[in-house]
Amino acid sequence: MTAPERLVAVPVRHYGRYVGAVVVLVALGLLVRAFAQADLQWSLTKHFFTFHTIVAGAGRTLLISVLSQALGIVLGVVVAVMRQSGNPVTSGVGWLYVWLFRGTPVLLQLFLWYNLGLVFQTLSFPGLGSAQTADVMTPFLAALLGLGINEGAYMAEIVRAGIAAVDEGQTEAAQALGMSRGLTLRRIVLPQAMRVIIPPTGNEFINMLKTSSLAFAITYPELTLAARDIYTNNLKVFELLFAAAAWYLLMTTVFSIGQFYLERRFARGSSRSLPVTPIQRLRTLVGTGRQR
Amino acid sequence: MTATPMVLSEGVHKSFGSLEVLKGIDLAVQPGEVCCLLGPSGSGKSTFLRCINHLEKINAGRLSVDGQLVGYRQQGDKLYELREKETAAARADIGMVFQRFNLFPHMTALGNVMEAPQKVKGLSKAEARDRGRALLERVGLSDKVDAYPAQLSGGQQQRVAIARALAMQPKLMLFDEPTSALDPELVGEVLDVMRGLAADGMTMVVVTHEMMFAKDVGDTAVFMDGGVVVERGNPREVLTNPQQERTRAFLGKVL
Ligand SMILES: Nc1ncnc2c1ncn2[C@@H]1O[C@H](COP(=O)(O)OP(=O)(O)O)[C@@H](O)[C@H]1O
Ligand SMILES: [Mg+2]
Repeated sequence: MTAPERLVAVPVRHYGRYVGAVVVLVALGLLVRAFAQADLQWSLTKHFFTFHTIVAGAGRTLLISVLSQALGIVLGVVVAVMRQSGNPVTSGVGWLYVWLFRGTPVLLQLFLWYNLGLVFQTLSFPGLGSAQTADVMTPFLAALLGLGINEGAYMAEIVRAGIAAVDEGQTEAAQALGMSRGLTLRRIVLPQAMRVIIPPTGNEFINMLKTSSLAFAITYPELTLAARDIYTNNLKVFELLFAAAAWYLLMTTVFSIGQFYLERRFARGSSRSLPVTPIQRLRTLVGTGRQR
Repeated sequence: MTATPMVLSEGVHKSFGSLEVLKGIDLAVQPGEVCCLLGPSGSGKSTFLRCINHLEKINAGRLSVDGQLVGYRQQGDKLYELREKETAAARADIGMVFQRFNLFPHMTALGNVMEAPQKVKGLSKAEARDRGRALLERVGLSDKVDAYPAQLSGGQQQRVAIARALAMQPKLMLFDEPTSALDPELVGEVLDVMRGLAADGMTMVVVTHEMMFAKDVGDTAVFMDGGVVVERGNPREVLTNPQQERTRAFLGKVL
């Protein structure tokens, strides 16, 4: 018999993993080689990445995405609160909104807003006068309304789930302190719902960065349309699409990182210690970090 | 002439759907009195407490706090429910402490205590902070002002919750089993704070299973069962020499 302290524990060997990794690496290598040898001028992709119309397109993609998402969040909160209302008309309208805008394609909604002038020639704003719809409904505004109002329907569901996740005792405690319903919602319920709302909202925004490319169909010159306009002239289709793809990847990556820090901030108070940031992890690794 | 009772409940009825939970509660609590509500689980103690600050609407009877009807205005023989704002204002004068603390987890201890004075009473930040710090000191937590609820023990959380209620300078404090969710060794620190409050003359209605507390601190003990008040009197009398069979049966189980 061997003495117990001399026994050696042998972990399970994962031979399958080695085989799998080799297969994947070989496939990846072949793919890279194919593109490296393809009839593609990579230098052109690099050139167009910083070309002014492409950069301007990326800027518009960012602008329309941020504004549409902001509109979506505001509408989402309003509709989520409406749906909670005890008034059946108010909650019914909230339900109708979600049903309509979540149930039809966003591309179709973009076309509807863009062509609004066909059915309403003039728009009148009480107290501000009126205007020709065709003048007001620019591609930018149509894109903003189409994307933002559609997003509002999805955000409403996200916000509703967030509010439902907050313990009822919180509302009771706030009311017992004499806080009104509005104050309770603003100061107590919504901040706590944030923890549930933020992760899917981050995903929504990253989706929005890409969905905004649909606005090309109503001639809003965002990134995809900018790339297409150039390649229809010079026929460097892949070079331009790759330049645009690089911009999309850059934007989605930056916002994914931002999302991590935002989630971390709203986790405050919900657990005893916050998740470690990659930079903190790096510091600990190289030994310059403060002891936690 | 006697003073206006702090709480006056006359024939209060409350049903949830077809389930009648309160079947005519008659009770008066005088200013400065500590009234301990005892009774088996499901007898309607929490419901009655919640009716006192209109977290639940009563179906029949009259309930008034400091001479003012709770949640209603009487005109002729009809009671009209008050608007949300008026009810909220009335609630601000009634402190409530919950079994599960219900602290706001996204705010520090001090933030919890400052919130309502600042947002409801309109105190300045500095005033609210001073008041909050003083109250946290009073409940023995001056070193925890910046801690979040998740970083506090149950006893500490409940003391913050008491400070939070006191920050509105209530004329009446309601406690719903404030020590039932606590580990036994933490019960004492919360009861000590409540004892101090009682000594300072606060009017308190306390739902509790702490018979020692009821005997030492309570001015009256009220035994509820099946939605009615079965027996009330001096806590020592009620607890050691109950007159009603149902009280005896209950005390036999818990003592
Ligand atoms: N919101 C509610 N809806 C339906 N039934 C309720 C509600 N709140 C309490 N009850 C019922 O009322 C009865 C009394 O409850 P409660 O007042 O909490 O009793 P206690 O606090 O004395 O244990 C119980 O049967 C409970 O199930
Ligand atoms: Mg109870």
